[in-house]
Amino acid sequence: MAADLSGIVIAPPTRRQKAAGIYRQFKRLPMLPVFILSLVVIAGVFAPLLAPHDPEKGELRERNIPPAWSNGTQAVKIVVQRLSINERTTSVTLSDAQKIDPNIQLGDQIEVYTRPAGSTKFLLGTDHLGRDVLSRVIYGARISLIVSIVTLAVGGTIGVTMGLMAGWYGGIVDEVLMRLVDIKLAIPLILIALVLVITLGQSLWIIVTVLCLFIWPRFARQVRGEVLQLKHMDYVALAKVSGASTARILFIHIFPGTINTLIVVATLQVGIVILLESTLSFLGAGVPPPTPAWGSMIADGRDKLAGGVWWISTFPGIAIMLTVMSLNLFGDWLRDTLDPRLRQLE
Amino acid sequence: MQKYLVRRFLLALVTLLSVSLIIFIMSRVSGDPRHIYLDDYSTQEDWDRMGVVLGLDKPYYQQYGIFLKGAVRGDFGISVREARPVTEVVLERAPATLMLGGVAFTFSLLVGVPLGILSAVKRGTMLDWFGKIVALIGQSAPPFWMGIMLMFFFAVKLGMVPPYGKQEWNSIILPAVTLGWYYAAANLRLVRSAMLDVLDSEYIKLARAKGVNSRTIILKHAFRNALIPPLTFAGVTIGALVTGSLVVETVFAWPGLGRLAIEALFAFDYPLLQGVVITFTLLYVTAAFLVDVLYAYIDPRIRYA
Amino acid sequence: MVTETRINTETVLTVEDLRTYFTTRWGTVKAVDGISFDLRRGETLGIVGESGCGKSVTMLSLMRLIPIPPGRIVSGKIILDGDDILQISEQEMARIRGSKIALIIQDPMTSLNPVFSIGNQVEEAIKIHQDIPKRSVTAKALEMLRKVNIPAAESRMKDYPHQMSGGMRQRVVGAIGISCQPQVLIADEPTTSLDVTIQAQYLKLLKDIQRDDNLSIIFITHDFGIVAKMCDRVAVMYAGRIVEHGSVRDIFNNPSHPYTEALLASVPKMDRDVDRLYSIEGQPPPLHDLPVGCAFANRCPVVMDKCLEQYPDSMAVADGHVASCWKLE
Repeated sequence: MAADLSGIVIAPPTRRQKAAGIYRQFKRLPMLPVFILSLVVIAGVFAPLLAPHDPEKGELRERNIPPAWSNGTQAVKIVVQRLSINERTTSVTLSDAQKIDPNIQLGDQIEVYTRPAGSTKFLLGTDHLGRDVLSRVIYGARISLIVSIVTLAVGGTIGVTMGLMAGWYGGIVDEVLMRLVDIKLAIPLILIALVLVITLGQSLWIIVTVLCLFIWPRFARQVRGEVLQLKHMDYVALAKVSGASTARILFIHIFPGTINTLIVVATLQVGIVILLESTLSFLGAGVPPPTPAWGSMIADGRDKLAGGVWWISTFPGIAIMLTVMSLNLFGDWLRDTLDPRLRQLE
Repeated sequence: MQKYLVRRFLLALVTLLSVSLIIFIMSRVSGDPRHIYLDDYSTQEDWDRMGVVLGLDKPYYQQYGIFLKGAVRGDFGISVREARPVTEVVLERAPATLMLGGVAFTFSLLVGVPLGILSAVKRGTMLDWFGKIVALIGQSAPPFWMGIMLMFFFAVKLGMVPPYGKQEWNSIILPAVTLGWYYAAANLRLVRSAMLDVLDSEYIKLARAKGVNSRTIILKHAFRNALIPPLTFAGVTIGALVTGSLVVETVFAWPGLGRLAIEALFAFDYPLLQGVVITFTLLYVTAAFLVDVLYAYIDPRIRYA
Repeated sequence: MVTETRINTETVLTVEDLRTYFTTRWGTVKAVDGISFDLRRGETLGIVGESGCGKSVTMLSLMRLIPIPPGRIVSGKIILDGDDILQISEQEMARIRGSKIALIIQDPMTSLNPVFSIGNQVEEAIKIHQDIPKRSVTAKALEMLRKVNIPAAESRMKDYPHQMSGGMRQRVVGAIGISCQPQVLIADEPTTSLDVTIQAQYLKLLKDIQRDDNLSIIFITHDFGIVAKMCDRVAVMYAGRIVEHGSVRDIFNNPSHPYTEALLASVPKMDRDVDRLYSIEGQPPPLHDLPVGCAFANRCPVVMDKCLEQYPDSMAVADGHVASCWKLE
């Protein structure tokens, strides 16, 4: 149980204490999440400068190389003329063996790398096509960044406009809008998004359009609620009396009042957009290959796991998780700082 | 109570109707359905005859009527890929998804609710921190990636459970955990904050003053009140479990509706896809309705409203 | 005013030097700082003071319901029925709560659990403390609801709190409080959120029950009107301490602490025309940062140098009437 301090008088804070309170609030700024988010933004913006290799080209010779810190695995194998399927794990062909030791004979035993050791050339290893995983993760940040920003800008604008109208006009506009929001919950929207992307074609812009379908209702609902409160404010009445147009009232007088809330909602929505985009990519309906998107990289590595090649899927997954986690933590902090009322929200 | 349930029921019907309309529009926008039934060798006559059979010669609103009439009778046409009625294919796959969804939902409650209660009761302790971390990971990691990682670790590395398929009894563990994790995390957060509010309330103070012991306070008085927010959220949970099943069934090769939807999608099997989407919506609407009934049962303020 | 004839001298509750502190990030809050009083069978003791003076924390300490942490009872004795309840285990305390010492809390709108029926909540208290068959529990609960004058009590048993008015709910809370014939009933401003007529009815009800069961009541309030109507003796609290203590007549006729005088002066009087109500200037000191001397010194009209240096001892004004003020020296 929390302290029931309701009956205890605490002196009203002095100005110095107030200043200290604001300072404390900023001191609680979640450093690690902010650091991670800055990394993601820097990686996205400066990808060509930071990435050590071309993210879309690789040498097949250099495929499936593990991360730099892992040791290769060695095994003793018998040298045979030709490999049959069931001998693959125990034998090696003469021609391969001669690359290591030119004097090797048929029937000899030889120690070979079943998996090469990691190299500092590829810090996080390479994928099944020999592409550098690190470079792809860095470029993946760029895709996530572009998708989030565009989706947020377009979807947010639509949502805000709808919310302003619903809140201001009320009645039938409001009713239709709110039913749309309800229905959004009930339909497997991701399935509809998949259908749209598959029928209309896989391109960045179509994906962004589809993602907008997901996020506008959240903005609309939030703004609507705010408008319902703000529209009875005196300064709105005053603007109306002095003959301001509806558009002017909505955008100049009411919209600024909703900005704090919108910043919080937007931060939390970016996490959702990143997760959705990666889900679409994973299901094969994302940004078309070979462009490196985190979701499709995870999909690439999925069937390589059984062979012990874990790094292709793991690193982009960690990138998504850390980014979304940081966004959530940062969003929580923003919410507590800017608008504690929002704490009730998901 | 009756008024409340009737309202909920009507809302469910409206949702179903709207989804059917969206699907109908999408199926018409995506092209002439005859393209998928007829191949390049069919004649103009075949084309016209098919048009009459499918009702394509009629105006759109009548076509929608035909579509709706079929849907009500459970007739969604013939699957292109499987060459048999859509309903048959869907019914074949539905049990696997229901099972997976049911187990995942149960898992999310069994993990989320007790952990949420414990986190609230033991606020600020190690356990609370553990709960916070579980919730944070659950809400940040993409489910498909979690699935792959769990598969790699528990199936490939440790060999404890089969990596995919539905043959063994324990095949369901990994997909269910993957699917349920996010909602376990969400429930944990919701129950925790609801529980904290409830424990601070006057009626808990009064119950303690009556001499009720701490265990009964938590299990009887606080628990039932703390269940209300997660129940409100359960509607959303169930809806999203449906979406999640798409991804999770794909990862674990689980032969349910989610995977069927993806298969139908990439085979451009629109009749089948329509059937699956409607079925998903129906599942959601039914489950949400059941939750509403349960909600009314738990909260008398709704029951007698 | 109140006759003192029916009060006998048997003491049911003795509180000695009770101190309850809270650890907060501003420092240690001394919410209750060394209070002592006793309560005799069948009498009503009023505890009055402004909000934040420690009344409610006193009440919670008596029930041992202080949330720990951040609160803790630092020292003192609470002797109920011969035993010090600060020394017994939590399980034993749970058995005492509701049976020997019961509580009626402030807010009738939130003090009943919204998801259980009225009957269920009254029965629960009876079930915990009395080992009687189910049917008798229901009968007893019904009897209690009738006792607090709930009309159609039988059908009301099945109702939920949200279906009742505030006054009715507060009666239910009262029924729960008296359901196990406690020796001490603590009423924490039970009528503040009720409107005046309902308040009067409720107070009459409490008096009737008190007479029937020979109940001792601690009545926490900030309303001197209620004190006059309900109480035999009064303890005036300020900043965690009792500053004056005496019979109602003593307190009203001969208030000896400047704070009590000020409180009484701020009560509106029906028989006198006043232009504006008297109010006490200033704020009570923050409980985490109490001055060395008298806590009321900064607001006191008759403050002396000594008041700022040392806390005044409790001094006898008359028999059974004490006050802590240097001017009595």
